[in-house]
Amino acid sequence: MHPILRNERLSPNVTRLVLEAPRIAQIRQPGQFVIVHLGRGAERIPLTIADGDAEAGTISLVIQAIGKSTTDLVELQPGDAIADVAGPLGRPTDLPDHGHAVCVGGGVGTAVILPIAQELHRRGVEVTSIVGGRSREWVIMETELGACGTVIPCTDDGSYGRPGFVTQALADVLAAGGVDEVFAVGPVPMMRAVAEMTRPLGVKTTVSLNPVMVDGTGMCGGCRVTVHGETRYACVDGPEFDGHEVDFRELSDRLTTYRPFEQAAMERRACEIGLRTKPKPGAADAAADEPAHGVPA
Amino acid sequence: MTEPRPVETVPDEAPTAPPPLTKKERMGIDRTAMPEQDATERATNFREVNLGLTEQLAILEAQRCLECPKPYCVDGCPVAVNIPRFIRLLRDGDLHAAAESLMDDNALPCVTGRVCPQESQCEGVCLRAKTGKSVAIGSLERYVADWAQAHLDELPVAHPTPNGKRVAIVGSGPAGLTAAGELVKKGYDVTIFEAFHAPGGVLIYGIPEFRLPKDIVQAEVDRLVEQGVKIEANAIIGKTYTLPELRERFDAMFIAVGAGLPVFMNVPGENFKGVYSANEYLTRVNLMGAWNADSDTPVLHGQRVVVVGGGNVAMDAVRTSKRLGAAEATIVYRRSHDELPARAEEVHHAEQEGIRFEFLAAPLEVIGDDERWVTGIRVQRMELGEPDASGRRKPVPIPGSEFEIQADMVVVAIGTRSNPLLTATAPELEINPWGYIVTDAYGMTSMPGVFAGGDIVRGAATVILAMGDGKRSAASIDAWLQGDWPPTPPEAPAPPERKHAQVATPA
Repeated sequence: MHPILRNERLSPNVTRLVLEAPRIAQIRQPGQFVIVHLGRGAERIPLTIADGDAEAGTISLVIQAIGKSTTDLVELQPGDAIADVAGPLGRPTDLPDHGHAVCVGGGVGTAVILPIAQELHRRGVEVTSIVGGRSREWVIMETELGACGTVIPCTDDGSYGRPGFVTQALADVLAAGGVDEVFAVGPVPMMRAVAEMTRPLGVKTTVSLNPVMVDGTGMCGGCRVTVHGETRYACVDGPEFDGHEVDFRELSDRLTTYRPFEQAAMERRACEIGLRTKPKPGAADAAADEPAHGVPA
Repeated sequence: MTEPRPVETVPDEAPTAPPPLTKKERMGIDRTAMPEQDATERATNFREVNLGLTEQLAILEAQRCLECPKPYCVDGCPVAVNIPRFIRLLRDGDLHAAAESLMDDNALPCVTGRVCPQESQCEGVCLRAKTGKSVAIGSLERYVADWAQAHLDELPVAHPTPNGKRVAIVGSGPAGLTAAGELVKKGYDVTIFEAFHAPGGVLIYGIPEFRLPKDIVQAEVDRLVEQGVKIEANAIIGKTYTLPELRERFDAMFIAVGAGLPVFMNVPGENFKGVYSANEYLTRVNLMGAWNADSDTPVLHGQRVVVVGGGNVAMDAVRTSKRLGAAEATIVYRRSHDELPARAEEVHHAEQEGIRFEFLAAPLEVIGDDERWVTGIRVQRMELGEPDASGRRKPVPIPGSEFEIQADMVVVAIGTRSNPLLTATAPELEINPWGYIVTDAYGMTSMPGVFAGGDIVRGAATVILAMGDGKRSAASIDAWLQGDWPPTPPEAPAPPERKHAQVATPA
């Protein structure tokens, strides 16, 4: 069992869980992930390790509640525990040790960018981070990334930082020149847009993918992605790949495989919660709040 | 979670032994048929297909054994179960002794009594098979093993004196569990490392509930734990711990991680939505329980399902899809009925359940719609030519014979290959060009004190062959740790039959 030590809401739909996982905390490297399994009947969910404290024996997972299983996870509180945490899985990020790197994070992907930016900074690489969100409250980890170098926050609605998408900010940074490498993690359309922007410039671009996955050890092949025209497994060959070689259209498509199941599971969950909280006053409000945990996009 | 399976009723009082029969009388008894759930009914549920013998039938069948002075059946068994002994004890009505005898030879008798290909092993060489029908050894093993599981509290649990030596086993499938059972009996401190959250390996994620109920596997695992075997789940060797790290912490090791990677067809369209590897499909349904509405793990419920392959895994996948509501579930196999590598019983059960077989057809392409959902599979008609290296007649394409089969789900069950996750962290571990671990005649790898067995040595094979490796490797580990090396008399495993990149038949 892996006890939860902290639950912290970072944005309206992004939560940071700090939990005990001593072995993983000790050996994890940037870019690696774990598979969590809440208990009997639960799904196995791959989550990138956002941070870790080897001495305290803890890791941080940053989770966007997009379906039933992730919603169950973000509602865990100190005193609760996760039955199974397996890892660290995947290949560590292939990091340079000099030059100028731009780290682009969109939404919950920012949590994946953070350990990369931290390690780059530790190695003496100049780091510029670009982080985006819908509006001010959706921009996360600006302070932590600020400790690694310059941060350019962007909001779609212009309520904070630079108005517009992260790619617009990236265009300016690239135009200024001197960028050796780009790391981009976020929604698939964002990663694709970043890769298309850096391709003509020949700037190496690494993206982190999170396709559908079951075991995380190469056994099921569910996470297969086409990279450079060849089938690769994100769990063992990735999760990071050369963004210029990833077939993003196929990735987007495959991610929709279980959409109807996810909707049904959320409805079932809302229904169960309604039943559980019925005797309590204000239950109707709680149920009404439920969809807010889901992600509209 | 699990639907109740039919429980056999066993009378409390010990049955009375029937009077001894003459050989002629024994020869006069017909082979007992295994009672089965009705085919139409079972094709819609996940309850076990075979219902098990009643006590009366079991004792009748036991009387058919001729007690050969040189029992071929024992030689035919990869774990060398003393078959005539347990059958005789069963026939005499001494179920306690029969159970002890069987469990002494076989760490997982409830499993092997269900999934072994007996027709090509013990029953295949049974003397009675020469003149008629073999003794139903598998059914009798299952009967005694199930009786034992229901009466565990009456059977002695050995607690040998700890000998202070620690053995790590990597993988909790049939090879790992068998080795653990053998070693713990001898007083070793055994820890099994399992990558998944639940132990059992292919017995849990691969073989479906209707062929091997998961509570039976769990009970076998529980019995080992009760004997002192420790299991560390969620431990991926090669990631959570490296092999050299583990080697330092233990006096000896046994690697039995299986052949973990799925083989795909390598045809266009294979990454369309609705195309699964058999590993993924069966893991979702079995390990993650997606056959059950309470599970959070989704699985597609195809209406027209095509399963490519002809092994036991293919049969498991296609029969699973039928139970999940497929109106049409079809096996596409490039050879003919006679070459099917699956157990005869599985093929027969599949036919009874209305599975379609499209023989002599090889996939050329997976076809999809605009949203990249699979809509079918384009295949080429084959004919059988000369025998190939495996001794089976090689399928040869017939030019211009391409045709399409409609499908909204395709499962690829054409085999597995080795997973480099573990071997990549131990460069000193010798592997062959296909990535399988190389062992000597005693099952030892190029790392002293590190043994290996099962599919990671053989390539995809069967549960019972993996168990045989587990049993022999445990004997080798014992000899190694007791300083009796090389072992005398040699407990040498048979040289592994390598069957790389062909249809997997893990059962």
